[in-house]
Amino acid sequence: MSEILSRIADYFAVASIPRAFILGLVVSVCASLLGVSLVLKRYSMIGDGLAHVGYGTLTVAYVLNTESIYISIPVVVAAAFFLLRLSENGKIKGDSAIAIVSSTSLALGTFITYITNNNTADVCNYLFGSMLNIKKDVAILSMILSVVVIVFFVLLYNRIFAVTFDETFAKATGTKAGLYNSAIALLTAITVVVGMKIMGAMLISSLIIFPSLTSMRFCKHFKAVVIYSAIISFICYIIGFFTALLTGTPTGAGIVLINAAIFIIVSLITAIYKRKGLKK
Amino acid sequence: MALIKCNNACFGYDGTPVLTDVNFAVNKGDYLCIVGENGSGKSTLIKGLLKLKTPVSGTVETGDGLLSTEIGYLPQQSEAQKNFPASVYEVVLSGRLNSCHRRPFFSAEDKKAANEKLELMGMSDMKKRCYHELSGGQQQRVLLARALCATKKLLLLDEPVAGLDPIVTNDMYKLIEKINKEHGITIIMVSHDIAAAVKYSTHILQLGHKQLFFGSTSEYTKSNWGKTFLGGEENV
Repeated sequence: MSEILSRIADYFAVASIPRAFILGLVVSVCASLLGVSLVLKRYSMIGDGLAHVGYGTLTVAYVLNTESIYISIPVVVAAAFFLLRLSENGKIKGDSAIAIVSSTSLALGTFITYITNNNTADVCNYLFGSMLNIKKDVAILSMILSVVVIVFFVLLYNRIFAVTFDETFAKATGTKAGLYNSAIALLTAITVVVGMKIMGAMLISSLIIFPSLTSMRFCKHFKAVVIYSAIISFICYIIGFFTALLTGTPTGAGIVLINAAIFIIVSLITAIYKRKGLKK
Repeated sequence: MALIKCNNACFGYDGTPVLTDVNFAVNKGDYLCIVGENGSGKSTLIKGLLKLKTPVSGTVETGDGLLSTEIGYLPQQSEAQKNFPASVYEVVLSGRLNSCHRRPFFSAEDKKAANEKLELMGMSDMKKRCYHELSGGQQQRVLLARALCATKKLLLLDEPVAGLDPIVTNDMYKLIEKINKEHGITIIMVSHDIAAAVKYSTHILQLGHKQLFFGSTSEYTKSNWGKTFLGGEENV
């Protein structure tokens, strides 16, 4: 045990690791909060779609030789609004809209990577994340953005509930549903861009989906779902992060696997509990 | 001044008119039933009254100090709310959002109002229950409590008894009557049930892509429209 602790201490002596650890923790909490509303609105895949857009912008940033986050944020935010408008107009359904935007960006990213002879290790970092190559200024910006997301989520909590539960009623009684839907899209876009650095484009959407699905297994109140979702995300992140650190495996993959495991365990427990309840 | 008034209002989708020349006014304390066949424009009119849809021509006006955001609305049951994790109290309290204005959180007054409406609907004991685990009738009471939280003057009910069994339907009508008579809240209700509409309402508006009849319920029963529909009802 003490050996493990001293190894962790060694890792944390490297400046970039505690920085990445805290950033990842805040981002996973952001993702889990927004996830509750996105899952209930049948919008789970928006995280995945936006991450692929983010991947496209990363390759462009690589070509331009600039820090990716400055390009990713505006482009991904624009993509989020575009997706929202597309599905609100009803011309293309939400899932198809996400699919076309996502696959087009992925194709564009791959295309750019090939014509610029970008090496594959970098591509792997984009797709599956890496916590070691986050620069200090990017980390600070990401941190500020994540805190902003959490503050806004708390301030808009009651509106987000109303818009998620019954959009028509909310609109009829004067809640600007369009505005709050846009706010959710904006916050999601920021979370995806920031989270992609650590989790990778392929895995960020699971941070949005898993914690809320797990908490919906046993919570019946919206507030409880939100709170437990954040707690579950927090715990999974910590376990996943240290497992990955000690075994030298990719962080993102570890965190997602822990999330998946917790989801399965909780589902089994609630299923058994329900069956027992029925027998009584 | 009427609470809500339509002047030659016409509504349409993508340039195709679905409802034309609607002229009626609802005054304080009225109980108006909107009747008509499926696709006659009832839902469109509801959207118009709630300002979710603007008329192609003509106007929809609210008066007597009523803002269009102060109409308590009971929507048709939707599948979207199935499996939604929300407590009865959370749902009812969300009806108070229009009194929050710029405040991010609910005040003690909002919470008191939500509790009062739950009491009025006889749902206080169910406050902590999960909304989607309730029966259809109980869900309607919860949504009615939410609608009451959003208004002091006017309730707009879109087929409030659809899918309910006869006993629960009757309870629901009694509850709406009580809200109208004892609490002085004006009612506009869309209904398929003409017999009940005639029994409880003070006024009837019949639609069929245009306004076919508007007047008091006693006039309606004497009119050709009333005779046709009520006669038809007896033959069934």
